[in-house]
Amino acid sequence: MKLHEIIEILKAEVLTGDRESQMEILSACGSDLMSDVMAYVKDNVLLLTGLINPQVIRTAEVMDIKVVAFVRGKIPDSNILELAREKDITVIRTEYPMFIACGKLYKAGITGRGADC
Amino acid sequence: MSENLINLYYVINANDFSAAGEASGNVKKKLVQLGIDPAIIKKTAISMYEAEMNAFIHANGGEINVEISNNRIVIVISDKGPGIADLDLAMKEGYSTASDKVREMGFGAGMGLPNIKRYSDELDIQTEVGKGTTVRIIVYIN
Ligand SMILES: Nc1ncnc2c1ncn2[C@@H]1O[C@H](COP(=O)(O)OP(=O)(O)O)[C@@H](O)[C@H]1O
Ligand SMILES: [Mg+2]
Repeated sequence: MKLHEIIEILKAEVLTGDRESQMEILSACGSDLMSDVMAYVKDNVLLLTGLINPQVIRTAEVMDIKVVAFVRGKIPDSNILELAREKDITVIRTEYPMFIACGKLYKAGITGRGADC
Repeated sequence: MSENLINLYYVINANDFSAAGEASGNVKKKLVQLGIDPAIIKKTAISMYEAEMNAFIHANGGEINVEISNNRIVIVISDKGPGIADLDLAMKEGYSTASDKVREMGFGAGMGLPNIKRYSDELDIQTEVGKGTTVRIIVYIN
């Protein structure tokens, strides 16, 4: 699925990166614990998290995760966004809570496992 | 075997949460520049990041020495923290002594050491209660 479709499904606001992005997303991982995110490696992963801090971006960086979605309407502060821009990571935010956001994406066809979470 | 040696040194500052993990990002960038296989880079970056975060979270910071040679990457992370009383227990998935505060920061899943074990080719941990911990991680390039 293309990233711009994901943005639509999640009714997400794009905070860094391109809203029309054609980037292909194959799997997703939803977790607030960064070590769980790092437990299994997959490619073209979207990370959904309710955790708001710079370590989310650092985790994405080491995992080659190019897109982070903050759920539950949380708003990351400017230093998180700055770090994401520096690492060329797209950040979006959605009002949906984690379960609903994951459910919508799963239903739309993102069924590949990102991590064991 | 050890021509083209690159040595990198970093300090893990216990007072700067947002900078924790920066060294791992830097090493990753360096490995990308060197044209190393992305799968090997990912293994290295995850292992180093988990160990870097452990030194930050559990041990009041520490220091990192990285040595990149033609055939391997050696990462040594040492701290003067509390040490690990029962290393076998610490290596178990899900075991964590992290506080609620640390969990709120997204760490303390008890998966860090198991992740390092899984992704590194060699892992050696020297630890002494009250003295500190040294984690040595090796990832082979070929
Ligand atoms: N550098 C360290 N200094 C002291 N204790 C450590 C260190 N690294 C790990 N530990 C201990 O080992 C446990 C397990 O570590 P880890 O698997 O990374 O899980 P977590 O960091 O999520 O607690 C920690 O909770 C802590 O008690
Ligand atoms: Mg840890």
